[in-house]
Amino acid sequence: MNCARMESRIIPYVDGRLKENERLEMEKHLAACGACQLRVNQFRAVSGFLDDLPEIEPSAAFDVRVRARVAAEPARQSWWASFAPSPRFALAASLLLMATVWVGSRPYETPTITAADEAQIDQNMPLLENYDVLSDFGALTELPPPVQPEDQGTGGQDQKQDQDQKQNQNQTM
Amino acid sequence: MARSDVQLMLDVKAGDEQSFALLLQRYRTPLVNFLYRMVRAREEAEDLAQEVFLRVYRARKDYVPSAKFTTWLFRIATNLALNSVRDNRYQRMEVSLDAPVTVDAEDGDERPLDVAEKNPNIEQHLIEEARKKMIRHAIDKLPEKQRAAVLLHKYQELDYGDIAKILECSESALKSLLFRAYETLRVELAPLVAGQK
Repeated sequence: MNCARMESRIIPYVDGRLKENERLEMEKHLAACGACQLRVNQFRAVSGFLDDLPEIEPSAAFDVRVRARVAAEPARQSWWASFAPSPRFALAASLLLMATVWVGSRPYETPTITAADEAQIDQNMPLLENYDVLSDFGALTELPPPVQPEDQGTGGQDQKQDQDQKQNQNQTM
Repeated sequence: MARSDVQLMLDVKAGDEQSFALLLQRYRTPLVNFLYRMVRAREEAEDLAQEVFLRVYRARKDYVPSAKFTTWLFRIATNLALNSVRDNRYQRMEVSLDAPVTVDAEDGDERPLDVAEKNPNIEQHLIEEARKKMIRHAIDKLPEKQRAAVLLHKYQELDYGDIAKILECSESALKSLLFRAYETLRVELAPLVAGQK
């Protein structure tokens, strides 16, 4: 054993907590190393000095203060108490329940159909039956856009403006 | 037969307040002494010890006896003490040179030095007080983690594994920490050590 290894073993040696083989190895080193033997002796002396410091007693008020602080702690809840809702939650749940009861207690108003309505439905029934076919009729989408008459709409006005411009150009040439 | 710490704590968990009173009685003195030697102020030490007991009480519902009760207790105490020492490090006022000369009584009450004290062995008494003061100052000068290690090792009779858990380090790191602390104490207390030869 060298002196560097003493660092981890010297305190356990002074404490008497080394294993037997470690203690024998330590004592073999100490017998040959005056510096380490001196350090062991001085560590023992330091340990003895620490023993000389007397203990203090806690003040008389100490226990009273601890008990007062413990008593001020909130009481432990039972497992059942953990299901108890908070006041806010209870209020919200009550309001929701009242609203549900109110809505549920209202009379259900069924729509009434008059004889005139039924006659109108009968009249429109053929159109309604063909509506699906007509709205999805592919051939209608392939038709060219409708051609508008020349004298109608803005197209006729544009042509007239073109003719006027050509006449003006011929006059200037 | 006295109930073990773990059994008492399990009884506290089950709602037995008397078991908490027994734990308080069992550990009030070692805890206050440990904290007093860490923070060097009696009132602060008692406040911290109260906080330790309160945290133990608050944690009763979740207590699982996975480690020794003392390891858990002193781990809480050490963390509180280290935080307190670090918080106060820059707040502590230097002792005024104008302050009256006092002898630190180990009970924490500093009293003025009364030279005319009616003590037939006053010289011996003064020497003894000076010696204790030197030892206390040597401990105070240790870095806080080394100080905690020395106090737990010397006064609480905990084994290395428990102290390592409290200080959250390995056993080999703890032994190295103790070695360095004792080296510092050996140097600081050299006059006393030399006087023993």
